[in-house]
Amino acid sequence: MTGKNVWIASLAAVVMIGIVVLLVGSPSVTANDQSSAANAEVKIDNFSFGPQTLTVPVGATVTWTNRDDIPHTSVSTDGLFKSKVMDTDEKFSYTFAKAGTYSYYCSIHPKMTGQVVVK
Amino acid sequence: MPDKKQDLIDQTLQDLNNDGVDRRGFLKCMAWAGTGLVWTMSGGIPMSRAFGKTADRSAAKSGDFSFVQISDSHIGFNKPANPDVTATLQTAINKINGMSHKPDFIIHTGDLSQLSKPGEFDTLDQALKGASAQQIYFVPGEHDMLNDNGEQYLQRYGKGTKGTGWYSFDHKDVHFVGLVNVANLKAGGMGSLGHEQLEWLEDDLKGRSASTPIVLFAHIPLWTIYPEWGWGTDDSEQALSYVKRFGSVTVLNGHIHQIMQKIEGKVSFHTAMSTAFPQPAPGTAPSAGPMKVPADQLQQVLGITDVNYVISGRSLAIVDSPLGA
Repeated sequence: MTGKNVWIASLAAVVMIGIVVLLVGSPSVTANDQSSAANAEVKIDNFSFGPQTLTVPVGATVTWTNRDDIPHTSVSTDGLFKSKVMDTDEKFSYTFAKAGTYSYYCSIHPKMTGQVVVK
Repeated sequence: MPDKKQDLIDQTLQDLNNDGVDRRGFLKCMAWAGTGLVWTMSGGIPMSRAFGKTADRSAAKSGDFSFVQISDSHIGFNKPANPDVTATLQTAINKINGMSHKPDFIIHTGDLSQLSKPGEFDTLDQALKGASAQQIYFVPGEHDMLNDNGEQYLQRYGKGTKGTGWYSFDHKDVHFVGLVNVANLKAGGMGSLGHEQLEWLEDDLKGRSASTPIVLFAHIPLWTIYPEWGWGTDDSEQALSYVKRFGSVTVLNGHIHQIMQKIEGKVSFHTAMSTAFPQPAPGTAPSAGPMKVPADQLQQVLGITDVNYVISGRSLAIVDSPLGA
């Protein structure tokens, strides 16, 4: 390897590190911003969503956690979001970017319904 | 002991006949039903018989036959209510294989798996291979159609069926219809058959003689047991309107993991025990779901359902047996 090539390789390494910092670093800043936007939780217990109506600010991420021994889902009635099946203690998150009232239900046990009000 | 059992059967049948079967009547019935109920249908009139007598084949005529219903195996479930559902399914199969009369086939009324995983279906298939009856008819439960709209279920168990897996077949003199009420469920609703399936059902039954015994089977009950827990089917009334003209209709369901029965005219409804875990009686717990019982009592609340068709009188006798009997 010549001296010039070593220099180019070093430069490339610095650039790559910079790219990595940009890729990893900036989103973590965004994530911190999101957590300050009042993220919220919905717990699934005894075949019901709690709280049944949740009010959050625009940009909040809502996380559903299934605490039953039976799988559940969280599916918005207008098709906006649809979780995978959550087995016991599994979670699903969705970030609400726009204000509105979002109704959802468990597609396996459709008697289970809830709503997220985004203000 | 047999006399006591017979008394209980007679007494409860009387209750059922007198009060049109309210929920309290069911609960009373359930307290002992798991110990071996014999339920004979003849033209819509329930008659009691001593346990075991229906298995007496000495008077059997050609055309008589039996089949077994099993339900809610939930292979893959491993929570405290039953950490080994494969073992209890195996016990159920051993029980079928040990029956004094060999059933012509088995009906599984759904929730074969807990999470629709290929490995869960594989385990079920492997266990069922050991059953004395090799013809097995399936309908899906909601646990069998997770994530993929039931594609995998249809590929494995629904070849040649219509829509999401419904079909019918004839066995000797009896017409059987397997229905799917766990697909495309609507927010806030219960089980659902849907327009396409109802149309198919009407067409399937059209032109059949009213004297043909009909057996409808589906996962979620086709009668409203407890709407608060979704234990019913929103459009089942329309389905039942198509069978009204038939002289003998038997409806077999699973989903609720306990025995419940109702007679309405010439239609008898029956739900089976699970082979995996029990669920609470309606309204006796904050919600439905796996109910933990002491380990030594588990086999009393799991079981199989033996259905005998006797050609003379065109009656169906339904016998529920717990695994631990």
